[in-house]
Amino acid sequence: MAKETALELRNISKSFGKVAANKNINLTVYKNEILSLLGENGSGKTTLMNMISGIYFPDEGEIFVGGQPAVIASPKDAFKYKIGMIHQHFKLVETFTAAQNIILGIKEKFNLKLVNSRVREIAEKYGFDIDPKKKVHEMSVSEKQTVEIIKVLYRGANILILDEPTAVLTPQEIEKLFAVLRKMRDDGKSIIIITHKLNEVMEISDRVSILRKGEYIGTVNTSETNEKQLTEMMVGKKITLEINRAEVEHTRPLLEIRDLSIKADDGNVAIKNVNFYIRGGEILGVAGIAGCGQKELCEAIAGLRKIEKGFIMHKGESIVGIPPKQIIEKGISMSFIPEDRLGMGLAPSFSITDNMMLKTYGDGKTPFVNRKTARAKAEALIAKLDIVTPSTETPVRRLSGGNVQKVLVGREIEAGPNVIVTAYPVRGLDINSAYAIYDILNEQKKNGVGILFVGEDLDVMLALCDKIMVLCHGEVMGIVHASKVTKEELGLMMTGAVNLTVEQKEKNFGIAKDSNLTEDEWLNAANEMNGGDDDDENRKN
Amino acid sequence: MFDTISTILVDAISMGTIFLFGCIGETLTEKAGNLNLGIPGIMCIGALGGSYGVMLYSGGVADPANMSGFWLVLISIIFSMLFAGVAGLVYAFLTVSLKANQNVTGLAMTTFGVGFMKFFAKRIDMTNFVMASKYFKNLFPFSSDMGWFGKVFLSHGILVYLAVIVAILASILLNKTRTGLHLRAVGENPATADAVGIDVAKYKYAFIILGSAIAGLGGLYYVMDKTNGTTLAEAAIDSFGWLAVALVIATMWKPVVAIFGSIVFGGLSILAMDIKSLSFFQLKIFDMFPYIITVIVLIITSIFGKKETQPPASLGVNYYREER
Repeated sequence: MAKETALELRNISKSFGKVAANKNINLTVYKNEILSLLGENGSGKTTLMNMISGIYFPDEGEIFVGGQPAVIASPKDAFKYKIGMIHQHFKLVETFTAAQNIILGIKEKFNLKLVNSRVREIAEKYGFDIDPKKKVHEMSVSEKQTVEIIKVLYRGANILILDEPTAVLTPQEIEKLFAVLRKMRDDGKSIIIITHKLNEVMEISDRVSILRKGEYIGTVNTSETNEKQLTEMMVGKKITLEINRAEVEHTRPLLEIRDLSIKADDGNVAIKNVNFYIRGGEILGVAGIAGCGQKELCEAIAGLRKIEKGFIMHKGESIVGIPPKQIIEKGISMSFIPEDRLGMGLAPSFSITDNMMLKTYGDGKTPFVNRKTARAKAEALIAKLDIVTPSTETPVRRLSGGNVQKVLVGREIEAGPNVIVTAYPVRGLDINSAYAIYDILNEQKKNGVGILFVGEDLDVMLALCDKIMVLCHGEVMGIVHASKVTKEELGLMMTGAVNLTVEQKEKNFGIAKDSNLTEDEWLNAANEMNGGDDDDENRKN
Repeated sequence: MFDTISTILVDAISMGTIFLFGCIGETLTEKAGNLNLGIPGIMCIGALGGSYGVMLYSGGVADPANMSGFWLVLISIIFSMLFAGVAGLVYAFLTVSLKANQNVTGLAMTTFGVGFMKFFAKRIDMTNFVMASKYFKNLFPFSSDMGWFGKVFLSHGILVYLAVIVAILASILLNKTRTGLHLRAVGENPATADAVGIDVAKYKYAFIILGSAIAGLGGLYYVMDKTNGTTLAEAAIDSFGWLAVALVIATMWKPVVAIFGSIVFGGLSILAMDIKSLSFFQLKIFDMFPYIITVIVLIITSIFGKKETQPPASLGVNYYREER
């Protein structure tokens, strides 16, 4: 059967500054086809799709739509070529109705009645369930997604791109979505779907294209592949990194977490029934696809986020519900490097000295701050970590990314913590700066500090961490020794294809044998928690 | 008794008109996602511009006693909107193109506007103003024959009716037209508007300037109608401007509600003057009423938290197209 090409990309490259997000990508999509785009975080999937939908413009390469060369410089151009993208974060106006959102930006006669009936027509054709007059803010996530899909169909899109459409849906809603997608495929449309979940890739797609670190790895027919092969293509062969894993005597558990559940800002479950513990002299890596509850977990440990249920025990004492300042005083430090890299932990327009003082503002007996000691500390830090800065008084935002992160991590260590929670500490750093950070962490580990390392790069985690905990949608898929696991196995766990906790249930997953509390004490704590909310108060007094 | 009530109503409507112009202008601006705290100053600039128009026209005609009311009013309206519109353009350039902080820019604009009016007011030749002001007043001379209805509703000047018409037009624009839909999308979620091909900056510029021009008419009305062309240099238009900004919140960004809201605000601010023998302390209590109402409306709308009564979601936030 001769297949008709709908969209073809030839040698597409795009870089942001020095970072190449896409390198020489070739991709073909046919009519009547669902193509899955598979790749880890930062493999360039979304960047590539944003170029097709006109949000970014490629630095190099050509795009062909229906065999004709196409220039897509804006979302408007993409509509012209009948390309529509359904973003992961919906682009909808909350106070508008479904119909108002759908016609937004279209230059045609302004007649909402006509729009309503056309929307119903489209909905009927593909089996959607939608009320055009319903306000978006009253809708469920799945309904909002429906509005987004109809929005592009209303504009006559023949090529639909869905960026992680299933991430926010329940299994039933996913089934419904897939049924709709199949109907659209059979109707002659081309669909590109980005997803991390291998079982979904196997279920929905006709072909799978794989990207890794911005490069095109290959395309396989879904019927001729399996989850294992896809994972291998996705994560690649193990790279040996020259990161030393210091061998240190482990102490008893410093931080024990049991049965922890946390909700995200949007009310969805972020962390679900998680058990794990960290010993002194140990680095526990947390692997997982972005947004799998890592941020919520870090915030909960630091006391910045309320938990739904469960225990966070530090040296046998619960730290649930006590103020962040007291948690810091107990020696637990948290540094989270968000995507914009400056957000959490440092004040960008403050100098290094001022930032050093941010966590110790309560010290000292007079109302005046003690700049002298802070400046001395800043100077020591600059010397110790080779921070490149004109002076201790330079605003942090003027430093390069690596130096900013060194300041943040350095300050956390300065306080002499016994537990360090650090998320993405090497995010966006060049190799040398990253190694400097790894050295800092290793040194802390030698000093008997327990470290929770939330990371992105599996190669780094395999080399640096003692154990790795894998999260998938807020649930622990397994906690494994870094020296006894392969990248492929981690990949399968990250995508939810393998769940060790189910297979090894009897081993009491994530529960330390030499816990600081006896089983009776854990039971007591559980009873106390169920008994009422005032237990936190009692503990404080 | 009835007489007193109708007198208060007449005063409330005439006072409220100042607020109504400012409120409609600010509503349109805020619907584009920009909180223009420069409105009080822009109303001052509008008053100055309108006065300049009056001076130019009345000074230019051969016999000021027999000037054409039509041209006088039209020219002063154009000048008022032009001056205020240029002030709006400056604000738009700073906040939309240069992405300056909206609050700081707005407050600076108010400070500037007040000073600008007071400085140039001394150079406005106001000799013909009292004579000219009669063309701004009493649009329907027959209203005096129509009893209380004529007195309350038909005894006003042209700008009062213009304000009501503008409010109704603004409401239609916002709720019934595609332009209005796009404008609201820009104020609610500029990224979404951008993604569907709406020119966010264009809409922001257009409605900041239009909003400022409309607000400027409030200043013109105060000088030429409310005070009969007698005040300019000593006019405290900016204090009415703040009430206009408060009125936007109190009327939940709905221009038609603003028509009635302006009468309530007008009534509350005039009541103190109509009720004689108030002590200084009592007078200040009365001055507080409009703000108290605003706070009450804020409390009520916040408790119920309906999305429709909330400010535009992106109000006060400058829009940057997503860049990595």
